[in-house]
Amino acid sequence: MAISSQDTAIRTGRITRTFIYLVLTLFALFYMLPLYVMAVNSLKPLSEITGGGMMALPQVWTIEPWLKAWSTAQVGVQATGLKPYFWNSISMVVPAVAISTILGALNGYVLTKWRFKGDTLVFGFMLFACFIPFQIVLIPMAAVLGVLGIAGTTAGLVLVHVVYGIGFTTLYFRNYYAVFPTELIRAAQIDGAHFFQIFWRILLPSSGPIAVVSVIWQFTNIWNDFIFGASFSSGDGAPMTVALNNLVQSSTGVKEYNVHFAGAILAAFPTLLVYIVAGRYFVRGLMAGSVKG
Amino acid sequence: MGFLDIDNATKSYGKVEVLHNVDISVQESEFLVLVGPSGCGKSTLLNMIAGLEEVTSGEIRIKGEVMNHVHPSKRNIAMVFQSYALYPNMTVGQNITFGLEMHGVPKSEREKAMDKVARLLQIENLLSRKPGQLSGGQRQRVAMGRALVREPDVFLFDEPLSNLDAKLRVDMRTEIKKLHQNLGTTIVYVTHDQIEAMTLSTRIAVMHNGYIQQLGTPNEIYNSPSNLFVATFMGSPSMNLLPVRINVDGNDVQAETTNGKGEAVSLTFHNPSASLKEFNGKSVTLGIRPESLTDLEGADQRSEHIETINNTVDVIEPAGSDTFVTTTMGNTECIGRMRADTNLKPGAETSFAINMEKVVVFDPETEMRIA
Ligand SMILES: Nc1ncnc2c1ncn2[C@@H]1O[C@H](COP(=O)(O)OP(=O)(O)OP(=O)(O)O)[C@@H](O)[C@H]1O
Ligand SMILES: [Mg+2]
Repeated sequence: MAISSQDTAIRTGRITRTFIYLVLTLFALFYMLPLYVMAVNSLKPLSEITGGGMMALPQVWTIEPWLKAWSTAQVGVQATGLKPYFWNSISMVVPAVAISTILGALNGYVLTKWRFKGDTLVFGFMLFACFIPFQIVLIPMAAVLGVLGIAGTTAGLVLVHVVYGIGFTTLYFRNYYAVFPTELIRAAQIDGAHFFQIFWRILLPSSGPIAVVSVIWQFTNIWNDFIFGASFSSGDGAPMTVALNNLVQSSTGVKEYNVHFAGAILAAFPTLLVYIVAGRYFVRGLMAGSVKG
Repeated sequence: MGFLDIDNATKSYGKVEVLHNVDISVQESEFLVLVGPSGCGKSTLLNMIAGLEEVTSGEIRIKGEVMNHVHPSKRNIAMVFQSYALYPNMTVGQNITFGLEMHGVPKSEREKAMDKVARLLQIENLLSRKPGQLSGGQRQRVAMGRALVREPDVFLFDEPLSNLDAKLRVDMRTEIKKLHQNLGTTIVYVTHDQIEAMTLSTRIAVMHNGYIQQLGTPNEIYNSPSNLFVATFMGSPSMNLLPVRINVDGNDVQAETTNGKGEAVSLTFHNPSASLKEFNGKSVTLGIRPESLTDLEGADQRSEHIETINNTVDVIEPAGSDTFVTTTMGNTECIGRMRADTNLKPGAETSFAINMEKVVVFDPETEMRIA
């Protein structure tokens, strides 16, 4: 009796599992479909697309659209391709991510281990920053950038993204450091380590997982941002997202869909890469604070 | 003036005062244990000595120097934490030498100091490991090594053994005691374990609700507790407390109570004090330690005054080295400690010997000791 009922339990388990995996596979395929369409069409000559058959594999494989999107397509005034804008984005994202992550870590450190009167209020305001819609700050931000004399520059964009990102990075690091044993800080104090020594030697070396979370989050958001890029950059200084939009919009005459697809994949590539390289640390980092007491 | 002076120190968090006018003077190479139930303020007091908590009022002095506003690293103290607080990203060796590095000691000297401490604590083979790869006892040793290497004036320990299992705790206790005997350092040690307090200390401060209840040698604390709290907190099984009536009869003073069958019993005090006589006719609390309530053969041969009463055995609890016998006096359950091989059975009538030299008396109203 017992044995046979256990047997059926296993069998029903198997059936359910098969069903679940089937559904999951379908969902996965569904989500992959746009990427498939983009990849396939970016490798076709334009004539194959306009002749219908978006879903079909290319009859003639070509990387011409990719080369064109990267280096010769008409984006701005000159036919430069997306290449210069890609570097614009890199030179904006790298400092913005680095600065906002380091500041977030410092904030988290102070808010948990060097508590002061009103620290929760300060943290509350920082959290509030996470929920301010971009549109509201556009005009005041433009005014501030003007006053600082960095309107329309990459430095200006870096500042905007750092200011916007600090709320999130502070939130991550604060929650992570909240469960970091305070006795370690006290031991280091008795050992004679000062504020920054404790930060560099004790806290940061243990912050790997949450730093990855912060970097991925910031990288994705800043790279993908369009509204700040469109508002606070000028012509040749535009980031990749804005350039991609210009590429798609400004094509005179025929729309070169294959070039657009290639350009879109190029624009998405860095965030994809970051996820693939650091994705598993991302999940681990998000879990770290919640599981360990 | 002592080596470490805690002079009228209080601590408040906001409006709440958690430590009230603490006065302790610790001599050089003394082993002071702060003991008390959870939340009584032991850690707070220790952290104030370390400089990790501010002193609200009063003074902390080390070697006569006021420490109130001196940074923890400049007080020449070292602390061992309950969680050991080893830096997880550093090796054992780096953990031990971090403090020296922060104090600007050159590398060659740091390594010499580390080797010496590692040899002393027998952790030479662990030096390149990370704390995560150590057992509890090994971590404990490393934490002590980190404290020892600084050669501080005062060692502070906050419940260093409470994360270890029972056997290891006893072993490490002995090691700490040995260390203290060999090095002769001044130690302030926090625990809520009264056995640790008794075995390790040269003096004990029993704390409760932010007050020092009594400060004295283990012997004074155990045999002459100053109030009911100290009497019940120290000792296991704890002291028997029974209500008795005082009857003064010329020079003799008697405690009148009943045995298990409700028959009147009277115990004559040994060298009664004048203050006890003032309680003539009043009810007081009599305190008898389990080892002072035993069978005739087990009674202390050196005691000058043993009272014997007949009573019924209620419960027998063999505990290996001793047998605990429960009986009833004054409607209160009392535990007596007898030899392991006693052949008493529950329900039996037997003679109990009470060592009157060791009994104590408390005023039930003030809970202070009368005699
Ligand atoms: N930051 C704080 N704010 C307010 N009250 C506090 C704070 N820290 C400690 N207390 C209070 O001070 C009292 C003493 O705390 P302390 O940590 O010294 O107790 P303890 O004797 O070490 O107890 P345990 O044996 O549990 O460690 C407790 O009642 C506690 O609630
Ligand atoms: Mg404590």
